Amino acid sequence: MSLFVKVKQKVEGFDLDVDFEAPTGATVLFGASGSGKTTLINAVAGLSRGSVGRVAVDDWVLQDSAAGIWLPPHKRRLGYVFQEGRLFPHMSVKQNLAYGQRFAPKDGAVSELDKVVHMLGIEPLLGRRPGMLSGGEKQRVAIGRALLARPRLILADEPLAALDEARKAEIMPYFERLRDEADVPILYVSHSMGEVARLATTVVALERGRVSRVGPAAEVLGDPGFTPAGVRAVGAVLEARVVAHHEDGLSELDAGGNPLFLPRISQRIGTLMRVRIAAHDVILSREEPKGLSALNMMAGEIDAVRAGDGPGAIVSVKTNAGPVLARVTRRSADALGLVPGVKCYAVVKTVSIAPEDVGGR
Amino acid sequence: MTDWLGPEEWAAVALSLKVAFWATLGALGPGIFVAYALARWSFPGKQLVNGLVHLPLILPPVATGYLLLMAFGTQGGFGSFLKELGIVFAFRWTGAALAAAVMAFPLLVRAVRLSIEAVDPKLEQAASTLGASRIWVFLTVTMPLILPGILAGAVLAFAKAMGEFGATITFVSNIPGQTRTLPSAIYSFLQVPGGETAALRLVMVSVFVAMAALLLSEFIGRYLARRVGGE
Repeated sequence: MSLFVKVKQKVEGFDLDVDFEAPTGATVLFGASGSGKTTLINAVAGLSRGSVGRVAVDDWVLQDSAAGIWLPPHKRRLGYVFQEGRLFPHMSVKQNLAYGQRFAPKDGAVSELDKVVHMLGIEPLLGRRPGMLSGGEKQRVAIGRALLARPRLILADEPLAALDEARKAEIMPYFERLRDEADVPILYVSHSMGEVARLATTVVALERGRVSRVGPAAEVLGDPGFTPAGVRAVGAVLEARVVAHHEDGLSELDAGGNPLFLPRISQRIGTLMRVRIAAHDVILSREEPKGLSALNMMAGEIDAVRAGDGPGAIVSVKTNAGPVLARVTRRSADALGLVPGVKCYAVVKTVSIAPEDVGGR
Repeated sequence: MTDWLGPEEWAAVALSLKVAFWATLGALGPGIFVAYALARWSFPGKQLVNGLVHLPLILPPVATGYLLLMAFGTQGGFGSFLKELGIVFAFRWTGAALAAAVMAFPLLVRAVRLSIEAVDPKLEQAASTLGASRIWVFLTVTMPLILPGILAGAVLAFAKAMGEFGATITFVSNIPGQTRTLPSAIYSFLQVPGGETAALRLVMVSVFVAMAALLLSEFIGRYLARRVGGE
């Protein structure tokens, strides 16, 4: 399933003009606040009028100004998860969940509510009212409500932004499951590189209403020139498969032939994971390092070096596991002669990889 | 209770209750619609509509009554047309109900409009993304959330309708058993020597009805607020 979005809209002096196409999976709209993410997702939802262009999921056309088509939001078959949950305060959790069901086409699937409730672990909440729920619980119910509307397109506008770190870690896996299991494209708005790294199949970076970058997540995040959230947020994403859980509390993954040791994760052996390696946690060495405490070493070849305005530079190293980004000082880069084509080793401390950097595929 | 009140007094109380009931009921639908339009839509002439709705609140009631008489009297524009259809307002209890409804309308609209404005439009948006059409959004989200406001408005309107005097007496006069409502009856009793005790009894009835309406609305309002506030 592909998502086609081509939208032009002028709102209050702001000028949105985007055009992209994304394959199945999660498309993350990424950008600073004011870049037009919410304007765009609301245009896709049909919540704001006056947008010109074409929005479609495969051949299901939501709007096409050339053909004079504009479906109102309630006919777009959406599942929209908002930042603030937006649960109906006068209904119980169960009534909230069932709200979208009554408008969705009824083709069997009576047990769907039970299935979704079970998946989200919200059985104990069913009889309560939203006023009595915590932030994380509200978002889980909101996800369930969106799913039960049997959407053809799932929209999420910074659904984790209002939650603390622990709650974010609790909700993120549900979006990963949706991406991997549901047969529905997801358009997800975020300003967090961490969320992009864990969730995105496709990254669409927005800057002042324009698409500044679009492409598969690994490619976009592995580009040393892509620093929309500042150099501190730069980090490549590697795919790795769990191969062993060791007794000393480490999990061993295989990333393109390179062993990768992480603090113990709960996933079963054989699971394909995504691991985000922050660029500032990577050390580069021209020779094979010996006598280092760091456990992870990947040999590769320098692909690109991008010097920033400050004292730092971002070096992209092509390894068997994919591109790894390292943020080093320009001084080191000059001293070591780090230029494209040079062979080197990327070194990553195991303990610098936090649990929130590791997600399902 | 019938022993305690004379037949004439009882007739006035019953008539007032009937008039106020139908006035409130009749004003409710258009009142909610106008309140919604004023709260949520922007359309040309919105300020004019707003002004017209509030006119009876500011105008001397007698003037409103006279305008009603001109419009809905049997000689009036609407009146003669409605007479063809067999509907007559002038000098009937239905006219008293119409006058009360018009006078109570701005109070109802104000209360409902305030409560609609307090409903987060984001909730209505959420409902529409879940597949609810505008009507459904209104019935399942907006309406339940503004129920306390509707109730408050209805009680206000009922109380106003019970007490309406100037427009009623101008429009439909003061015919015993037909258009002599509670306030008209109190006024009439005060005009005749020895009518003070009857007037006093009716005043007490007014106090009782007003208090009962207030307490009832308070009770229902609390119940609804508890439901919406969530537990």
